Amino acid sequence: MSIFVPNGKAQRDRMLDAIGVERFEDLLTPVPESIRLRGELDLPSPASELELQKEFKGFAARNSSADLVCFRGAGAYDHYIPAAIDNILTRSEFFTAYTPYQAEVSQGTLQSIFEYQTMISRLTGCEAANACMYDGASAVAEAALTAIRATRKKRILISGALNPRTIDVIHTYLDNGDFEINEVPFGADGLIDLEAADKLAEGGVAALVLQYPNYFGSIEDVQAAAELIHRHKGLLVVAADPVALGVLEAPGKLGADVVVGEGQPLGVAMSYGGPYVGFMAAKSAFLRKMPGRIVGRTEDRAGNTGYVLTLQTREQHIKRAKATSNICSNQALMALANVIYLTLTGETGFTEVAKQCWHKSHYLNKRLLEIDGVTDVFDAPFCREFVVNLPVSAEVTVTAMEEKGFLAGLPIPGLGEGAMMLTVTEKRTREEIDGFVEALNQHIKGAE
Amino acid sequence: MEKTIFQYSSPGRIGVALPVLDVPETAIPGQFKRKEPIGLPEVTEGQAMRHFVRLSTMNFNIEKGLYPLGSCTMKYNPRLHEFLARIEGLAAVHPLSSDSSVQGTLEIMHKLGELLCEITGFEAVTLQPAAGAQGEFAGLLLIKKWQEERGEEHRNEVLMPDSAHGTNPATSTLAGLKVVSVKSDEHGRVDVEDLRSKAGENTCAFMLTNPNTLGIFESSIEEITKIIHDVGGLNYMDGANMNAMLGIARPGDMGFDVCHLNLHKTFSSPHGGGGPGSGTVCCREILRSFLPASTVEKTEDGYILRDRVGKSIGRLLAFHGNVGVLYRAYAYIRTLGSKGLREVSEVALINANYMKARLKPYYNVPNDDGPCMHEFVASGADAAEKGVKTLDIAKRLLDYGFHAPTIYFPQIVKEALMIEPTETESLESIDAFIDAMISIAEEIEEKPHLVTDAPVNTPVLRLDEVKAVKDLCLVEPVEYEQ
Repeated sequence: MSIFVPNGKAQRDRMLDAIGVERFEDLLTPVPESIRLRGELDLPSPASELELQKEFKGFAARNSSADLVCFRGAGAYDHYIPAAIDNILTRSEFFTAYTPYQAEVSQGTLQSIFEYQTMISRLTGCEAANACMYDGASAVAEAALTAIRATRKKRILISGALNPRTIDVIHTYLDNGDFEINEVPFGADGLIDLEAADKLAEGGVAALVLQYPNYFGSIEDVQAAAELIHRHKGLLVVAADPVALGVLEAPGKLGADVVVGEGQPLGVAMSYGGPYVGFMAAKSAFLRKMPGRIVGRTEDRAGNTGYVLTLQTREQHIKRAKATSNICSNQALMALANVIYLTLTGETGFTEVAKQCWHKSHYLNKRLLEIDGVTDVFDAPFCREFVVNLPVSAEVTVTAMEEKGFLAGLPIPGLGEGAMMLTVTEKRTREEIDGFVEALNQHIKGAE
Repeated sequence: MEKTIFQYSSPGRIGVALPVLDVPETAIPGQFKRKEPIGLPEVTEGQAMRHFVRLSTMNFNIEKGLYPLGSCTMKYNPRLHEFLARIEGLAAVHPLSSDSSVQGTLEIMHKLGELLCEITGFEAVTLQPAAGAQGEFAGLLLIKKWQEERGEEHRNEVLMPDSAHGTNPATSTLAGLKVVSVKSDEHGRVDVEDLRSKAGENTCAFMLTNPNTLGIFESSIEEITKIIHDVGGLNYMDGANMNAMLGIARPGDMGFDVCHLNLHKTFSSPHGGGGPGSGTVCCREILRSFLPASTVEKTEDGYILRDRVGKSIGRLLAFHGNVGVLYRAYAYIRTLGSKGLREVSEVALINANYMKARLKPYYNVPNDDGPCMHEFVASGADAAEKGVKTLDIAKRLLDYGFHAPTIYFPQIVKEALMIEPTETESLESIDAFIDAMISIAEEIEEKPHLVTDAPVNTPVLRLDEVKAVKDLCLVEPVEYEQ
């Protein structure tokens, strides 16, 4: 009898008796003999708690990446996670609960989602937000579909300076529908070519999708992009880095219609890529076209304030084939991590984190440019992430730096053999940054 | 009632001690700067803790009591597995690390994939889908791609029973396929003749949950899957109900070609108030080359991540899946082994059949022609003559200290109550739930207002969903604050 099954032989016999059968096998009569498994599944023998702990410690020890000093971003960021977050997340009341279908016994989850929607709406400058999506990339794809529904047009423009992984996901989500995707190139300054976008938008498009700051860290002119696409009766979808929004103007204030992004930087562990959480906010005009769960404030029979899932007629369990999305389970616990993170850091702390990312990434950039042969790839202003060209192979550099205890930036082969994209979070100290620069300098000298 | 976090805010408070900036500043150009404050709350850590702990106490959860949400498999979530997934060496790993520096994680992913293939009777696997619905999407795209590769791209129909989960038709639409609904017979199983008449040269795939959403095993499954194969389609199993089948029967042996597993149901990772889950997809060898990016392979030099899109169906998420959920599922399978997993399903079946047998004198159980699997569907329609709806029964259960079953699904049963006890409930807690259901049946007869007035023992009384839509309030208005 396993540690998770309280009913042993005595209870099972009593229950079988009440059911009116003699043995368990009598319950299997609907399962044809021909398809029943003969013998047992071929699985390793059960492990004790102690054995399992040892096995996992072994796995962790083979993840040397966890010990590296991280200068890599490209969609996942090494931020400090306040200890109180895990303490709340591991409360049974939050992590073992299901989707809040019975609102009267789910007010904790529902109110925290309402607070999450409020914070995301304020951060993005949009009127409304949903309860979350799977991750930033799938949120972008769903935002594109939202724009298609809202405009009834079947073509979208996407920035070539989107994270290439996001572009992949957009294709996965859209290529099976009757839609057309056109990519807008970026210029030598690292920004999307708005003239090209203007031409491509002729004839009408559902949306222009851009990233802010873009994949390379360059700060796009959201306002100009919004004006351009609105002239063509399309929507502006912005994939934003939430930490950058601590210092940069909110895209919603600059004219964006839908703002999405990856919530991992807000208190969620990097955990080799998941679980993460996508956020989605929009002008309220597009609310009913949005996917996912939405929480609303209401009253109970005595007039007390309470919260419920609302606008559910958009969703799959009611609309089935005509739903705005197939999403059901989302990433609620990670959205809760976001709320707690934004609460603990708060107005001052969160802005401070964003500023430190700005200052530290610029400090690293300046120090790198002091090395002979290192140049900026783009000249547009950047926020917390940037691309430099090294006089040596970026791939080889990554391996060399790993041996010295650093996770260097990501090589971007499309921009040249030496192109490397780096980021610096508030976690990095000046000593670590200087140490990284010194090690990189040594490596470059050695390679020459 | 708890105030919102914004109402605790006072300028200058902060909940975390951040490092002091130790590098020279670089001016942020004015044209990019945020013009106004964000509007985030300012509280201390203690205030934040009190707020969120107070909120938490308003939640029902699996530690509080029986949580019989049908098709959701609300089983106990082992604590060790939570601890393991949070080990620094696993949690603090960047998703774009070199393969050689994440051998531990890649090994877990590879081993988990092999274990799940053994459990389902398949040969290939993707761990990337974030949830069941995304697993369905991946599975349908695999089938669609397979059809295209063999020159059958005109096949644009997905057949599914009228009892299918709402995600099935929604996913088909997303995959660019047309839904063809197949009738259920008088026992709630697929009407085989209706299926035969609808399967044909346009059939791309057939989607079926087995056991189905009524908790009934599709006894004609071999005939059903053969009908689809004979017309050139492939069979997709929605694995939401896999908790009934562990070590008993495998989708791969039933004629299915691909299935998804909800690791957050069958394999015990917690639901987190709505997620994260994992919709891992297992399939036959013929579909392997179309699997999404991020598959793990074992080579002589260790484990490697295949991260290119190539001829695959593409990429579903930016990275490699809900890896933290995968750790928990792996730990669960390692803890139980083959006998333990079989015991999970055996006891899940016994618990559900016991509940059905004991509740049948009090509640109508339509489509009942023999043993159910891990869940069953009762109907609250008989209470209508007393002015009581299934929704009222659900709310009254909350007063008795239980969560409600899944209600109004499947839609083919009037006033449905879909009940799944799971194997981690004791006979004592199951009996207590049954007693509550019997009490409610008596209340419906004698004092129906107790049921229609419910809930009364909950943090709030019944909430007005109509008002929520009519007076839409989705974010805290700024003027609400101090």
